[in-house]
Amino acid sequence: MKQIVVVSGKGGTGKTSFTAAFAELAGRSVVLVDADVDAANLALLLDGSDEPPREYQAGRLARIDPVRCTGCGLCVDACRFDALHLAEPHRVVLQDLACEGCGVCAVVCPEDAVSFVPQRAGQWTVRDTAFGPLVHAELVPGAGNSGKLVALLRETSRGLAERLAASWLLIDGPPGIGCPVHAAVTGTDLLVAVTEPTPSALHDLERLLELAARFRLPAAVVLNKADLDPAGTDLVEAAVAARGVELLGRVPFDPEVPRRLAAGTGLLTVPGVRDAVVACWAAVARRAGRANASAAEEGRDAAV
Amino acid sequence: MRLVVASGKGGTGKTLVSTHLAWLAAERGLDVTYADVDVETPNGHLFLAPVVEREHRHTVLLPSLPFGHCTGCGVCHDFCQYNAILPLPDSVLIFPELCHNCGGCVRVCPPAVLSEVPHEVGTVREGRAGNLRFLDGRVDVGEPRATPLIQEVLRRIDAGTLAVVDAPPGTSCNTTAALSGADRVLLVTEPTPFGLHDLRLALQLCRTAGLPAGVVINRADLGDDRPLRAFLEAERVPVRAAWRYDPELAVAVARGELAGRRVPWFRDAVEHLLDACLAPQEDGRS
Repeated sequence: MKQIVVVSGKGGTGKTSFTAAFAELAGRSVVLVDADVDAANLALLLDGSDEPPREYQAGRLARIDPVRCTGCGLCVDACRFDALHLAEPHRVVLQDLACEGCGVCAVVCPEDAVSFVPQRAGQWTVRDTAFGPLVHAELVPGAGNSGKLVALLRETSRGLAERLAASWLLIDGPPGIGCPVHAAVTGTDLLVAVTEPTPSALHDLERLLELAARFRLPAAVVLNKADLDPAGTDLVEAAVAARGVELLGRVPFDPEVPRRLAAGTGLLTVPGVRDAVVACWAAVARRAGRANASAAEEGRDAAV
Repeated sequence: MRLVVASGKGGTGKTLVSTHLAWLAAERGLDVTYADVDVETPNGHLFLAPVVEREHRHTVLLPSLPFGHCTGCGVCHDFCQYNAILPLPDSVLIFPELCHNCGGCVRVCPPAVLSEVPHEVGTVREGRAGNLRFLDGRVDVGEPRATPLIQEVLRRIDAGTLAVVDAPPGTSCNTTAALSGADRVLLVTEPTPFGLHDLRLALQLCRTAGLPAGVVINRADLGDDRPLRAFLEAERVPVRAAWRYDPELAVAVARGELAGRRVPWFRDAVEHLLDACLAPQEDGRS
């Protein structure tokens, strides 16, 4: 089983629509994960019935007992998350959104006025789609702990993939290069970066490829909307080549794509786009096999 | 007034909207700051081309243990909510990448041998683009702690001036940090099921934070905007602007230009949006 993560740096370049298309092309031997847990969209493209949702609890929130609190303000000064404020008259109020449940306020409180409640951070489930099971979640907006939830989904999906003897584990990653991305890419066999020929996408792609290098992950690039700007396409191709990263394919822009997505179908239903996406998937599959082989070789070399 | 431009879904046009609002406000002679707090992937500088006047490396404090002083009591491990401290028989092992820098372990350490050392998380840049004050944050690649940098950028906004904040996508820690101190929120969306799904979540976050939000519909003709408009009407969320897809806009964005310089109708559309954002608020706090 090979784990492929689809990421981008910049949002909106096509991660989710490519992941869905790859799942269809992977031929029913696939397990899917939506690791963009605070804006999870893969389930919108892949119909199927969900198992009953499981609660995801993570972390805790402080509670200040207004009877015991004298408003001394020690906790306000100690909190590094700016979650506590002094309100009139001599009362401390807590902002749930800023609280990280660390417990420092409880340590400094002379009146023992702080207690903690568990935080319901979201829910997750497994959907039975036409292409294979999809592990997906919804984080409560503002709940935090997204990296931890991504790790949980990946662990679940790996178990599923092993049980089903699936050939592919496809991960639809989050945008950015931060904590949830770290959780989504760690230990994968190939990082596929979907980009587009704009300065923003290129700027963010460079940061993403730097992250991949730091995590020692094999990475490759798919250029989406490649015909939008020829000069931009040249810049992306040059930047990718300069890093020694393989460009797996180019997919043209077609305004029909967002219309099809709005209608609930995907990239593979748009004729001019379909062939390019099919070629991309073939390149991903070939590259993932090779990445694995070279990793195994490296392992052997290291063992020797 | 601090206006935060957020979205839920990525790539809907936050930077397009926020850079133009700030630029046109400066053209009107207003004292305005553009603050890019999408610190993982900041892009505003590509379009505003600021002259950077100051750079500041931002640090957070992480625990550090001098060799040979720990008694291995494990009190810090029991306290840490982030599994960043692993107890050993006569010492502890600190995993800095898991640490949220709350400072608690140092407070509870009985022999007081744990101390804190500064750790760099990223760079804050201050500068000017014409009449516009420019701020952005750029987290170091591989650094998991983005929120302290977001807070640091926001701290540098002068009170009493107009600030347009370019927020990160999503509805998690980084977006929550970006919304802190906001007066109003503008959510940029697109008429696809993805855009609508993530807009719902972003709106929920705004409501949890007690912030009034309006919506901008970008590329309104690419997809189907009927479900989106029905949702916004039912939720009584005002549509502050809506515009069509124009290949000219895409070309300007692809060249790293402010599209409003090249596309007159777009400049007009953002002028109207700016009027709506600066106007006294009707009750949007539904």
